[in-house]
Amino acid sequence: MQPTDIRNPDYFHKVVDCQWACPAHTPVPEYIRLIAERRYTEAWAINWHSNVFPGILGRTCDRPCEPACRRGRVEKEPVAICRLKRVAADNKGDISGYIPPAPKQKNGKRVALVGAGPASLTVARDLLPLGYECVIFDGDAKGGGMMRTQIPRFRLPESVTDEEVDLILGMGAATRFGHFVHSLKELLAQGWDAVFVGSGAPRGRELDIPGRKEAADNIHIGIDWLSSVSFGHINKIGERVVVLGGGNTAMDCCRSSRRLGGKEVTVVVRSGFEEMKASPWEKEDAMHEGIPILNFMVPVEFTHNDGVLTGVVFEKVKAEYDARGRRSLVPTGEPPTHIPCDDVLVAIGQENAFPWIERDIGIEFDRWNMPKVDPRTMQSTLPNVFFGGDAAFGPKNIIWAVAHGHDAAVSIDKFCHGEDVNDRPPPGTSLTSQKMGIHEWSYDNDISTDVRYRVPLRETAVALADIRTEVELGFDEKLGYLEAERCLNCDIETVFTGPLCIECDACVDICPVDCITFTDDDSEAELRRRLNAPALNLTQDLYIGGSLKTGRIMVKDEDVCLHCGLCAERCPTGAWDMRKYLIDITQAGPACRSR
Amino acid sequence: MTYILKPRFRHPKLPTNALGYTHRDYDGAVSTLCAGCGHDSISAAIIQACFELALPPHRIAKLSGIGCSSKTPTYFLGRSHGFNSVHSRMPSVLTGANLANRDLVYLGVSGDGDSASIGLGQFAHCIRRGVDMVYIVENNGVYGLTKGQFSATADKGSKARRGSVNTDSPIDLVALALQLGASYVARSFSGDKHQLVPLIKGAIQHKGAAFLDVISPCVAFNNNPESTKSFDYVRAHNEAVNQLDFMVEREAITADYAPGTVETVVQHDGSAIRLRKLAPEYDPTDRVSALTYLHQRHAAGEVVTGLLFVESDHGDLHHFLETVEAPLNGLGETELCPGPDILARYNAAHR
Repeated sequence: MQPTDIRNPDYFHKVVDCQWACPAHTPVPEYIRLIAERRYTEAWAINWHSNVFPGILGRTCDRPCEPACRRGRVEKEPVAICRLKRVAADNKGDISGYIPPAPKQKNGKRVALVGAGPASLTVARDLLPLGYECVIFDGDAKGGGMMRTQIPRFRLPESVTDEEVDLILGMGAATRFGHFVHSLKELLAQGWDAVFVGSGAPRGRELDIPGRKEAADNIHIGIDWLSSVSFGHINKIGERVVVLGGGNTAMDCCRSSRRLGGKEVTVVVRSGFEEMKASPWEKEDAMHEGIPILNFMVPVEFTHNDGVLTGVVFEKVKAEYDARGRRSLVPTGEPPTHIPCDDVLVAIGQENAFPWIERDIGIEFDRWNMPKVDPRTMQSTLPNVFFGGDAAFGPKNIIWAVAHGHDAAVSIDKFCHGEDVNDRPPPGTSLTSQKMGIHEWSYDNDISTDVRYRVPLRETAVALADIRTEVELGFDEKLGYLEAERCLNCDIETVFTGPLCIECDACVDICPVDCITFTDDDSEAELRRRLNAPALNLTQDLYIGGSLKTGRIMVKDEDVCLHCGLCAERCPTGAWDMRKYLIDITQAGPACRSR
Repeated sequence: MTYILKPRFRHPKLPTNALGYTHRDYDGAVSTLCAGCGHDSISAAIIQACFELALPPHRIAKLSGIGCSSKTPTYFLGRSHGFNSVHSRMPSVLTGANLANRDLVYLGVSGDGDSASIGLGQFAHCIRRGVDMVYIVENNGVYGLTKGQFSATADKGSKARRGSVNTDSPIDLVALALQLGASYVARSFSGDKHQLVPLIKGAIQHKGAAFLDVISPCVAFNNNPESTKSFDYVRAHNEAVNQLDFMVEREAITADYAPGTVETVVQHDGSAIRLRKLAPEYDPTDRVSALTYLHQRHAAGEVVTGLLFVESDHGDLHHFLETVEAPLNGLGETELCPGPDILARYNAAHR
């Protein structure tokens, strides 16, 4: 095999599993170390730079980083990355120095942003300091989009949303709140240099089964209902509630119901419990509040008494898999079940809706009625119109919307400067030795063996009493420190310099996880099989080092490396070194342009 | 020297042996030797050998004297018995322990100072008597703990890091062991675990005095290119006479060997060791020709490694002394005090 080219910015980036998995590529270990040092403001700033909403995401993120976390491969559970982010946001000091000021002298470019959700706000955050005039349109009276309307207050206090939304608006964004854009054609006619569409996926999927129309008064579409709850239009629900659907919206619906008078709240899903779309922790939180989740039940009819809902009839099904592994739900033949209830919340999915985009203005739509958007540049087929967030590729989550926002901002900046949006800027990287003394490193390389800490919760009785009472109390400083210490510092890379190696085996002998092998060269498949410990995780690269005197190669399986630095401590010649790899995804601005 | 503990986490796919242990279960404390010390590799090889043989850690006793090498038993087999004796007295203490309890596996770990200088007499008599043990000398040719003076095994003409040249004739412990009647004699190199691990396994399975001279470069004081105990020198001059493919039980030879290139030696317990010959003319069962060969190659500046001599039915000290089969701690009062009649008969036999 060829020696690994560590100059490729992706190589070490992939080793930082959390950062690689984060759509916005937040430098996770870097801010976790700062939390351990109680440098919360700096930790917040790193987050804000990458993911724009540390306080909101620290409570609500879908956390793609955590399943990726290396810690989860050497012990049971990953680092509680998401809730550590909240620690930074909760404890930060004066952040004003970190907010780039918008220049007084504007650059003369005007950008319209449709929707005031995370995607548009990210675009505005990136473009305002460059002198762009950003105008945000939203039908609601306040900014924040789904972060404000669909996430219940007991998970995300309104003060947190206000703070992070206002921070961006305060950078000089102009707002047209309460102004629903009914026609993109009309908007375009106003002569914007670029238009960004971040209007979300605002339509809840309908469940058209018998009784739906008759009992309509007590059957609500989940996201609309959550939004009405958020704005205070709805403040009570029946005692017996059935929530249909297995996603995170369903979890928010059932938990909100418990707080608005629902005593017997039941979630019913078509699929199996394991296959539910909701994040495991959200299911856990719901069940913790006494909400049963029934699975393999398909709703077939709403029962009613002269238009007053009395319950839902379900057919029991089981999963069967065909030869190609595709699942189908087939009736078990058992008699249908009737669950009596006063209200039903339908949370079986969201859809995009673009009735306000005319089909004759140059924006092409695909056969699912979604705009054709380039996933790298976020550009539509109309060059000055860009999409992001749920509006681009259907419902995802906040952190994806942020990532889209950054990408779109780069494209808009390049587009407004007459550059090719497909010519994307490389990330900024640095690789710096962390050696401080013979056996001293700038990071704490002593691996904590603590198991994952639980976030303290408010007592259930208190939490259920008021929908605005936040359930999670967050880590305090001590728990935050202990959890931060669980981080394996995967951004401190083991860097190997072959010509310095004397092949003494010291690194092989000391490595606690047997990830280093000196061996004769071979094909990757063969090497993976016969290393000191088999390298069976194909998603993790083998680091190959050459230039050895015996003609052998050094093979390091990155999979479960603890980044403890013992290889470098035991190396007599400095052939191993621990170097911090920082990768900064280039954002809109002069650095992303070619001239 | 490393200040942190070796993290407890281990590779989730680590192989286990017949006892269900991984090699990590044979670990000791983190080494405090200099980074890159050859001794640490030997420790790792011992761990690997004991793991592969699936030895219960509590049935192993590791004994040592004084010196860098004699510190190493702390760094392996953390769940075994250990005894850190006076300088050079490991052979005596081990002999006593072995006589008292013959059921343990005895691992004597020593260095070139501990065995070839102050302890030469101890070494000689322990080998002579055929104590059933593995005697490992971690041989770096210098006194590391006192900052790198030449030891008794340093080759004449070998140069130290600061330029001083050794003028004394070297003691070749392998040649001595052969002369003194060791029944398993091998030499290896800390930088070649592929060779070293099977040699240790063979030595552990061997009944009788098994001697292993392991060249172990001292990275702090004796790893300059002009030293004959440096990584570079040993790699360039290493002449392995054979490769031991250790087999616990006699099995059919599965690998394709050319005829006459494999020698199978059946041990006292029925287990077999299989030697792949690398020097076709070399006969590891002939003590006299082995000595001659060693001298010839040494004169040519080469370092002969491999299993140099093995005599599987030589016997050990217990066999020679016809001692009781059971360990002394397993004997009851009736065996230890057989009564006046037996005593009278015994005394009568000496009249």
